[in-house]
Amino acid sequence: MQKMPAWADIVLIPLISLFLAAAISGLVILGIGEDPVAAVKMMVSGAVGSTYGWGYTLYYATNFMFTGLAVAVAFHARMFNIGGEGQAMLGGLGVALVALYIPWPHWTVALIGCSVGAALLGAAWAYVPAVLQAKRGSHIVITTIMFNFIAAALLNYLLVNILRPPSSMDPATASFPASTHLPTLHDLLTPLGISFSKAAPANVSLVVALLAAVFVWLLIWRTKLGYEIRAFGQSESAAKYAGINPIKITVVSMLISGGLAGMMAINTTMGESERLILNMTEGAGFIGIAVALMGRSHPFGVVLASILFGFLYQGGAELALWTSIPRELIVVIQALVILFTGALDNMVRAPLEKMFIKLNRNKG
Amino acid sequence: MQFFIDLLTVSDSTLRLATPLLLACLAGLFSERAGIFDIGLEGKMLAAAFFSAAVAFVSGSVFLGLLAGIAASLALSLLHGLASITFRGNQLISGVAINFLAAGMTVLVAQSWFQQGGRTPSLFGGARFESLDLPFTNALAGLPFLGPIYAELISGHSILVYLALACVPASWWVLYRTRFGLRLRAVGEAPEAVDTAGISVVGLRYSAVMICGVLCGIAGAYMATALQAGFVKDMTAGRGYIALAALIFAKWRPWYALYSCLLFGFLQALALRPDLIEKYLGFHVQVQLLDALPYVLTVIILAGFVGKAIPPRAGGEPYVKER
Repeated sequence: MQKMPAWADIVLIPLISLFLAAAISGLVILGIGEDPVAAVKMMVSGAVGSTYGWGYTLYYATNFMFTGLAVAVAFHARMFNIGGEGQAMLGGLGVALVALYIPWPHWTVALIGCSVGAALLGAAWAYVPAVLQAKRGSHIVITTIMFNFIAAALLNYLLVNILRPPSSMDPATASFPASTHLPTLHDLLTPLGISFSKAAPANVSLVVALLAAVFVWLLIWRTKLGYEIRAFGQSESAAKYAGINPIKITVVSMLISGGLAGMMAINTTMGESERLILNMTEGAGFIGIAVALMGRSHPFGVVLASILFGFLYQGGAELALWTSIPRELIVVIQALVILFTGALDNMVRAPLEKMFIKLNRNKG
Repeated sequence: MQFFIDLLTVSDSTLRLATPLLLACLAGLFSERAGIFDIGLEGKMLAAAFFSAAVAFVSGSVFLGLLAGIAASLALSLLHGLASITFRGNQLISGVAINFLAAGMTVLVAQSWFQQGGRTPSLFGGARFESLDLPFTNALAGLPFLGPIYAELISGHSILVYLALACVPASWWVLYRTRFGLRLRAVGEAPEAVDTAGISVVGLRYSAVMICGVLCGIAGAYMATALQAGFVKDMTAGRGYIALAALIFAKWRPWYALYSCLLFGFLQALALRPDLIEKYLGFHVQVQLLDALPYVLTVIILAGFVGKAIPPRAGGEPYVKER
């Protein structure tokens, strides 16, 4: 029997969780002696009050779409890929190698090449934990955490000792050649007669991220592989009985997950900094967890949740600029969203289910 | 002789650096042995580090600070218990949330209380754990080798270092020689059996999570009031995860936890002195390699190439009573 109508599951529960997270965040702001209403007003005007604000909001949202989709694909196979951060770092390395060492005639081909580079290295970084999970039963959460740290050390080593141009002191690669520079939303929208801020970093990667969301939707709900992934996630033993190879599904879904996480690098590394820097992930690998949980692992939900988190990120940066509220407020909000939509899901769900069962009984 | 002095310095800092790892590792041991995965060790240590430093600074008493640190860590443990035991949520997701909550809240509160960019003011005097001089340090000072070893390595640490070391046999005794320990291990392997015997699964798991909170609290307080003099943003720097790695390395056993924490502490100590490796081994080792080594070793162990690390059977699964 259906305990609850589908709309309640998809819309009501995330909204209640979000409300709880927002209410507690408001209390936190009150607790540190600031005015939550003024803070929200400032976040709204800073993040969506101008095309400049939108440009940043969408730039951050692009990162979160990639990492959120990555976590979501793994969730469908009932795996918790906490290694988005490390996979994204390797993706950054892929972008840098492809952009620096292959002469590209035009940004369109460079974008394809760099996307492939980013996805390949991101997937490669997810491959080892996936194989260890599938063949040797090592818990994927622990191995992907370990791989995050190994990736950080590796990137640090490569940037300081190998990829850094001799003349420079920064731990970063040389700037990418001009032919690989991606057009920003300003460049894309101006020919259409829409004026968009020139300074904002949102770029054509946003389109790639949206395409990736469509790809994930098609993959999960319209292909045989997606069906197998979902079946495996629902019940491993039933999937095995139906002739689905658990090793293949574990490895393939982690490869897709890692590839998506790696592709966020085309936004930050190719689109914004135009060279590989140490902090290229900007913490987006972890925000992907919050985004996937809030979006209920559905690509459409992930896109919406990414925009919400993009708004929070840009709004939080504005707050840090103009008030004494530090940027870490975002980390707190992110924690609360993960807590309420993920860990405390049953706390919200159980009373609602009871309520709907009662309602149905009264009707019947 | 120089080699002896260098060896002594490195051993000394190994012990200092292994202490927070050991406390956090034993914390995770209790929790995971009871079937509650805890990747929130990092967050609990961080929260304890901040609150112990803040209270120690304000009150001038490091012991009040230690209590505050334990209280902060316990509060997060309670949250983890609520999410993963009472509401049967995903323990891993709850742990991730706790890590972020601590990372954000400590900076937010630190900024609001002290306005120093997310840190506490430096601690001094009674607000820090002083190093203890064990008896006979002076009497033994004249002896060759033994004197310096006693003075540098064995004596001269803060009381928390000795407490952490004492926790190893204590944990072993509690887990393997008491009724509580037997039940705690059972609840991590077969909670349904424990339930059938009429013992509360929920009660046992909550007490394990609380022990974990206390130990993480001491670990965090040690970081901020003994190892360093005050709290700085993100000061645990992944130690909670290294402790988790050490726990796997130790295959969830107390004495092995000591050895693996000493090993990882030694790697951290070497990463601070790369010049020593070059001096004695004659080649240059990248610091980044030493940073990554604990994680690489853990992956190798996890892969089962060097003996198999089998976690408690019911770990990570919320217990649902049969009806």
